[in-house]
Amino acid sequence: MGFPILSAIVLLPILAGVVLLFLPPKNHKLIYSFALAIALVTFLLSIVVYVGFDATGETFQFVEKYDWLPQLGISYHVGVDGIAAPLVLLTGVVIFTGVIISQRIDDRPREFFAFLFLLASGVFGVFVALDLFALFFFYEIAVFPMYLLIAIWGWKQSREYAAMKLTLYLFIGSVIALVGVLAMYFNSGLNTFDFLALQNANFSPEFQKLWFPFVFFGFAVLGGIFPFHNWSPVGHVAAPTAVSMFHAGVLMKLGAFAALRVGIMLMPEGAQFHMWWILLLTLVNVVYGAFIAMTQTDFKFMIGYSSVSHMGLVAMGLATLNHDGLVGASIQMVSHGVMTALFFAVVGMIYDQAHTRQIPELGGMMKIMPFAGIAFIIGGLVSMGMPGFSGFVAEFPIFMGVWRDTPWIAIVAAISIAVTAAYILRAVGKVFFGELPAALEGHMHDIKISEKLALGILCVIMIAIGIFPGVIVPMVEHGVEAVLALVGGA
Amino acid sequence: MFGTITPDMILAILPEISLLVVLAIVFIVDLVLPETRRGILAVLTGVGLIATFVLTLLFANPGNSAELVWGGMLRHDMLAYVAKLLFIFAAFITVLLSVKLEDVWLKGEYYLLVLTSTIGMTLMAASADLVMLFLAIETTSIPLYILAGFMTGDNKSTEAGFKYLLFGAMTTAVMLYGFSLLFGFAGTSNLYAMADAISAGAVPGPVLVGTLVLVLLGLGFKVAIVPMHFWAPDVYEGAPTPITAFLSTASKAAGFMVLVRVMLASFPNILADWQLMLGILAVASMFIGNVVALTQKNLKRLLAYSGIAHAGYALLGVVAASELGVASVMYYLLVYVVTNMASFGVVIIVSRIVGSDEIEDFAGLSRRSPMLALVLLLAFLSLAGIPPLGGFIAKVLVFAAAVEAGFVWLAVVGVLASIIGLYYYLIVLKEVYLGQPKSEEPVPVVRAHGVAIVASVLLVLILGVIIAPGYNWAIAAAASLF
Repeated sequence: MGFPILSAIVLLPILAGVVLLFLPPKNHKLIYSFALAIALVTFLLSIVVYVGFDATGETFQFVEKYDWLPQLGISYHVGVDGIAAPLVLLTGVVIFTGVIISQRIDDRPREFFAFLFLLASGVFGVFVALDLFALFFFYEIAVFPMYLLIAIWGWKQSREYAAMKLTLYLFIGSVIALVGVLAMYFNSGLNTFDFLALQNANFSPEFQKLWFPFVFFGFAVLGGIFPFHNWSPVGHVAAPTAVSMFHAGVLMKLGAFAALRVGIMLMPEGAQFHMWWILLLTLVNVVYGAFIAMTQTDFKFMIGYSSVSHMGLVAMGLATLNHDGLVGASIQMVSHGVMTALFFAVVGMIYDQAHTRQIPELGGMMKIMPFAGIAFIIGGLVSMGMPGFSGFVAEFPIFMGVWRDTPWIAIVAAISIAVTAAYILRAVGKVFFGELPAALEGHMHDIKISEKLALGILCVIMIAIGIFPGVIVPMVEHGVEAVLALVGGA
Repeated sequence: MFGTITPDMILAILPEISLLVVLAIVFIVDLVLPETRRGILAVLTGVGLIATFVLTLLFANPGNSAELVWGGMLRHDMLAYVAKLLFIFAAFITVLLSVKLEDVWLKGEYYLLVLTSTIGMTLMAASADLVMLFLAIETTSIPLYILAGFMTGDNKSTEAGFKYLLFGAMTTAVMLYGFSLLFGFAGTSNLYAMADAISAGAVPGPVLVGTLVLVLLGLGFKVAIVPMHFWAPDVYEGAPTPITAFLSTASKAAGFMVLVRVMLASFPNILADWQLMLGILAVASMFIGNVVALTQKNLKRLLAYSGIAHAGYALLGVVAASELGVASVMYYLLVYVVTNMASFGVVIIVSRIVGSDEIEDFAGLSRRSPMLALVLLLAFLSLAGIPPLGGFIAKVLVFAAAVEAGFVWLAVVGVLASIIGLYYYLIVLKEVYLGQPKSEEPVPVVRAHGVAIVASVLLVLILGVIIAPGYNWAIAAAASLF
């Protein structure tokens, strides 16, 4: 075992958060520089994990294991598989770009970055945890700081409501999942929370059928699954830009990821028993989310609902329980994460200057901030699933997987692609190519170099995956093989 | 009466002896100390409590053995050992928090009463005999009645003292009646011998359940669970805040120690009965405590109701009646005591300056004193059960114990109740972080208070991250009962 890189990734942000709290509160420049440096190091570490992952090697790599509370079979056990490694990279990207564009935070920035880093640690922890207790521990660490981040730094009109709604939804979900996890722990009789050991627990079919929905939905609430998606757009809108990026880009993936890890992988028979109706729910997510997005005039709400729709695709891919669907879902988590982070970043940049997010009140941004405009269009193409961009690499297998399972669902879900194209193009047309309203004349200026850098990084990832799917597909397939070995699907 | 006194017997009461010595010293020094230098009393008491803590920690550890000593009056076991350390720690923090408290901290009798009550608690944790138990409970309670009403110039404090005395005396009388019935039927006052008599059928079934109800009434009062909770908010609000902290932590924990021991030692025969009874009380406490807390405007009252809810959670571990169950109760209490000490510490520090403990007066604390706000944040998040803080581990353990014992429904109810809890903790934190402060001045912190809250909050973190040491204690304590 070499350098404990996963522990470094998990612990670095949280320790940096503690250090931040002791920096002088008034020295914003120092605070920002420190946060940026830590975010950069975290990003680099996550690249090392991604590049270092061997898509032909062991299922779980970079494994570390230490006793935590051996009497109850709790250990600090971490490692990444082919599904988690890209998500670690995603988190690294979003934390780095998120910090870059948070330069304008001037109300208590030290607390802001401290909470943001705490959140990042929790997210990394969930992606790498191979012990259910540890997973849970990090899961709640990842959920809670959202409350403060939204309530304190969010959009004044709705932040308190949105923050409370989000927190209560997510906690109800997580505590219900917790009871499920405890039931698994005692039912297995193995006296361990270790993920790898519980894979072989052979839970009885009755047990799986009973408990699978608790665990799956408990986590999937965070993935925005219908009908528990309502907190998500409201939360996105109220959150400050970096937090929206984190929230939609990474946090929602936690829900889907944990539902896969704990729900599907540990209770495969339960999954097979329940998946037909979960598939229907995800169909509602996908289509309904797209239509609601279409009707929004608030730029941020539009993207919020588009996230519901796209995360629906992730859940739909998972629900197929077959190779194509799972591969597509795993790639979609990354693709959507990057894309939505970019969307929120651009919307934030526009809002900061225009002080409105109403699409009809905006226009002409292409001339003012061409770089942001191009980046948004690239994101839009990803969102529509255009070939040559990561969205295609992700969504195509999902639809193939669904087709294999239930063709009519694939056909209905495909409506969402047309609807997505409609609302994205409409927004692009009005906001970027429409006429600059008189009210905004003279107020607007181009974005900073650092912001261009952030958007550039996000765009490069989406294009790279689109043109060279080989950078991610073998890795994800490697992870999916292991899932299929448990689920026994085609 | 006791035969030869062995070293073990002395070690069993080492904490009490040490506390008594401290008490005597404070008493004598109080007599000779000039008016101007009475601050020394707090120092003396504090140092004495530290010394007692260290002595107990080093020498009074019973290890794996558990034996009845002093003619079966006390049981020298891990449960008592861990509990005693907890009470001494709580008393120490209470003394630290009392520093600079006007009308209180310069009076010698204040410290004498705190010490006496602590002795009572340490005895409660070890009592193995009805007579001893009753004496211990009274030794704990009577000083607390006086302490609650200690600020004689303050109507609310006087009211708190009286209310506590009246309800306390009444429930104690009822409990004593239960004790006498038990003794009468079983023919022994020893808790452990009683179990044998009961399983031999010495006590008729209905009488047994009846006495159980009477005993529970008294103990329920001590730990403040529904429906014996009505005194808590008023008394907590009126009492001097350090005493509120002491009442809500150590006194509650002492009640739990007795509850656990009596239930498991004396009533294993009617396990299912009292499991159901306590299960219902737990549900009622969690819901009523949390729901009523939602509407509170005063932070001390809010903490009183939250304490009722927390007693409900801890009760889940008792209901499980397993080794994991008792360990979870123990862990819960360890966490709860340190967490509440941190919360009350912040309340004391802030209300000393703003002159009120209404929630609205904590608005914007984060802008005035970010560190105090952070301590309150950590303490409240721990109460809400969020990692990486102790409260999370404690909750997981009690829920785990409930699930293990087959009470899945209780665990589900418990987690739902904890969501309500989360809501009102967040409401307070929202004030603290979002509200507009009435003044931008940082809140000055008395050094002793600072030490108290930092020590408490560090323990909250340690219990949340490095779980093993605390859990080892808890499980050893639990094992000593089985």
